[in-house]
Amino acid sequence: MSDVQTLQEKINYDKTFDCVQCGYCLPACPTYETMERETHSPRGRINLVKLVAEGKASIKDLQEPIEKCLGCMACTTVCPTNVQYGQILEGAKEVIEDHQVKSVWQKKTEDFLFESFFPSGKWMNTLGNLTWFYQRTGLQAFANLLSLTKLAPLHLDQFEQVIPVQPSPKERAKRAKRYMRKRPATAKVAFFTGCVMDSVFFETNQNTIELLLRSGLEVVLPEQQTCCGALHAHSGKINDSRELAKRNIEAFEEEKADYIVNNAGGCGARLIEYHHLFEEGTSWHERAKQFVSKVKDISEVLVEVDELEFTTPIDYTVTYQPSCHMTNVQGVKSPPLELIRKIPGITLKELDRPDFCCGSAGIYNIINYEESMDILDVKMKDVCRIDPGSIVTTNPGCLLQMKLGIEREKVSDGMEAVHLVDLLMEASPVARQDGPRQTPFQKGSE
Amino acid sequence: MTELADRYSYSFDASFGEYLPDVVVQAKNKQEVVYIVKVANQFGIPIYPRGQGTCLSGGPLPVYGGMVLDLSQWPEQITLNVEDLTINVSPSVLTARINEEAEKHGLMYAPDPSSAHVATIGGNLAENSGGPRGLKYGVTKDFVIGLELVTPEGEVIRTGGQTIKNVTGFDLTKLIVGSEGTLGVITEATLKLIPKPPAVQTIMVEFDHVRTAGQAISRTLTSGILPSKMEFMDQACIQAVENFKPSGLPVDAKAIVIIELDGHPQTLDVETKLVQNIMSSIGATNLIIPKTKEEADKIWHARKQVSPAIAKIKPTKVSEDATVPRSKIPEMMDRLHDIKNKYNVEVVVFGHAGDGNLHPNILCDKRDQEEMGRVEQAVEEVFQAAIDLGGTLSGEHGIGTMKAPFMEKELGEVGLDMMKRIKDSWDPNGIMNPGKIFPEKGQKLVLTDE
Repeated sequence: MSDVQTLQEKINYDKTFDCVQCGYCLPACPTYETMERETHSPRGRINLVKLVAEGKASIKDLQEPIEKCLGCMACTTVCPTNVQYGQILEGAKEVIEDHQVKSVWQKKTEDFLFESFFPSGKWMNTLGNLTWFYQRTGLQAFANLLSLTKLAPLHLDQFEQVIPVQPSPKERAKRAKRYMRKRPATAKVAFFTGCVMDSVFFETNQNTIELLLRSGLEVVLPEQQTCCGALHAHSGKINDSRELAKRNIEAFEEEKADYIVNNAGGCGARLIEYHHLFEEGTSWHERAKQFVSKVKDISEVLVEVDELEFTTPIDYTVTYQPSCHMTNVQGVKSPPLELIRKIPGITLKELDRPDFCCGSAGIYNIINYEESMDILDVKMKDVCRIDPGSIVTTNPGCLLQMKLGIEREKVSDGMEAVHLVDLLMEASPVARQDGPRQTPFQKGSE
Repeated sequence: MTELADRYSYSFDASFGEYLPDVVVQAKNKQEVVYIVKVANQFGIPIYPRGQGTCLSGGPLPVYGGMVLDLSQWPEQITLNVEDLTINVSPSVLTARINEEAEKHGLMYAPDPSSAHVATIGGNLAENSGGPRGLKYGVTKDFVIGLELVTPEGEVIRTGGQTIKNVTGFDLTKLIVGSEGTLGVITEATLKLIPKPPAVQTIMVEFDHVRTAGQAISRTLTSGILPSKMEFMDQACIQAVENFKPSGLPVDAKAIVIIELDGHPQTLDVETKLVQNIMSSIGATNLIIPKTKEEADKIWHARKQVSPAIAKIKPTKVSEDATVPRSKIPEMMDRLHDIKNKYNVEVVVFGHAGDGNLHPNILCDKRDQEEMGRVEQAVEEVFQAAIDLGGTLSGEHGIGTMKAPFMEKELGEVGLDMMKRIKDSWDPNGIMNPGKIFPEKGQKLVLTDE
């Protein structure tokens, strides 16, 4: 195959023809709105990918427009011709990554982050533990006092302010891998813990397990599971992403669970697309499809089982900031809202533009800090109009970003950001009193 | 913007063709436009005003290089004068926003192009856009009463005003609307609003002959009823929609007509019965009257799926908007059928049949040069058919680059020359959107790569 052909295939040249350039994606695209040029719109990006495949523009010309895309996929839900933008974007990232010349130091850092850090449960635990140590020892207060954190690269000083208080290493270590029930469970859930979720939001993960247990389900945490690979794919490292997918598929196959549940919109979006990573007709493709058929977000499961009743009223206004990946890739829209509405006393006010990305987008807010903050400012304007007590989210990235937004707007006195799961736990859920219900899980049990 | 990626991002619109501008300039107020146009005029730089680039006829394409003037980022300015039933808007305002603002006061901005939620009013004014409601209410020009324009020499003029009646001098307002950016840059518009009809009623009618559907449309319109919309879909469209996203349309019908009546609820009851009678007397095979708004929405949603659905047949869509006198609709249908067979091309027909505005769409593959050659010939014959039947090249998309080669056929040599003289006196240096409307000597429609 010639170089041109290989490039055209990798960059999904054929798929770009599905775009009829109608422009219907423009009003949906956050970066088109904040960066104010067609180059940073879905239609503009697809056009550039096509031009690169035709040799009219270079990969270098493509780099910035592609890197500045949030990958929120809002464009795909409004696209009238069903353009596979996600695949075009990933193809473009892969081609850019292939052609990038990197310094040895840069390469080493990336290799460490992508090959060792994120995929390793140990490293993730260490991250959580180090954060605990940092918070616990007063180092944080000291560092803040001297503004030492401002010296950190990539605006990490902004983010460290909003990381939640961590559990002690002891608590972390004593978590079980299996949660059996005394009464027979209606179904078996294998919990996908997520890497960042499990390190930084350990409590949320514990709460997720608790909600599943109280719903009458059996929960296991497959030990061999690893990072979902979303961050790798978003950075153009498709091969790494594929390897991680294989490890996860193997790890979850062993458990023969009815459902593979996650609580992070971004991870969930990657998990339900695993089959796209493998060529059709291969055994890995089949195994991936099996895996995908079981993947569900925690909110979907809780609505489906419908076994919980909430006993502690929450007497304030909340708003819901949906995760883009959950909405636009997984298509999970109403379950979180249904759950929030079940909490007694709560007032739910929806945002004017809930589907507008918050700007977190994986590690976009770290790599493209300025652009991300422009988008966050648009979002916070919408939030402040409602002035809720809580912003409810369903993804670790969004959660941190919204916490950051609250700090930026200096409204932390009366506003907080919480994960849906934590909000539900706050409302003291108990198993329903009106007797056992026919759950949709029963026929799926093996 | 001078980076290659940026320049390429303004090299296209929703039609055919790609032309690389030398520079893209964004203007956010009138003073900036004046300055840019003056510089362009002084140095003879071609300048192409552009909204959101949803144009289907090539209006904003920078065919001779030069400067694309992007007006889409101009901050939205809307002033509603409820008592006057008028609204003043900046060129960047999205068309759907105008109706949204009007509805808050029980009013309506009637033109409703399908792209209204994306397209800017500036672009709509330039191309004189239409939409399904055109049947009863007319196109964009019927709702413009005043304009502010930066002339090709960088002067600011105002035409018309806030009054509904205005007969002072030449009607420059109407001249500028639909001039496709060749006479200047529109920087503000005063639009007319009308009271919003209190109720609507949708009716869907099925036919087993395309011809009968055409006759049914004529008969309805001559019976004293004026529906707000009358949309036509042929069998190929119906099947494409059902294959794309099943909407419960009758796949066996050779054609369907979707009608919307608007007005007072009591009038609607009477008119619905009249339509029912007309349809049964003419031999419609089935008639559906949705009982709820949801059911009606479902029908209109199916109609909206036509464009994306037919794009699945083949990747390239050459979308035309040839329009014929209403009595000639059945004949035009026959001609289109012949053209389809003659050139062996995929043609599907849908459109705003109530006003004779059909959208014959030719589905093809840009990468297949031989096929595109046949498509070129087919398109030419579609235009010829429309003109032969006393129709026009464009009902609502404008001429742009796509239809310029056929202008003389419709207007005649002198007719076209009079238009050119107007253009030359307004724009002595020929900087304003060159390459549009007026054909170059010997210019032909080209859909193949050279």
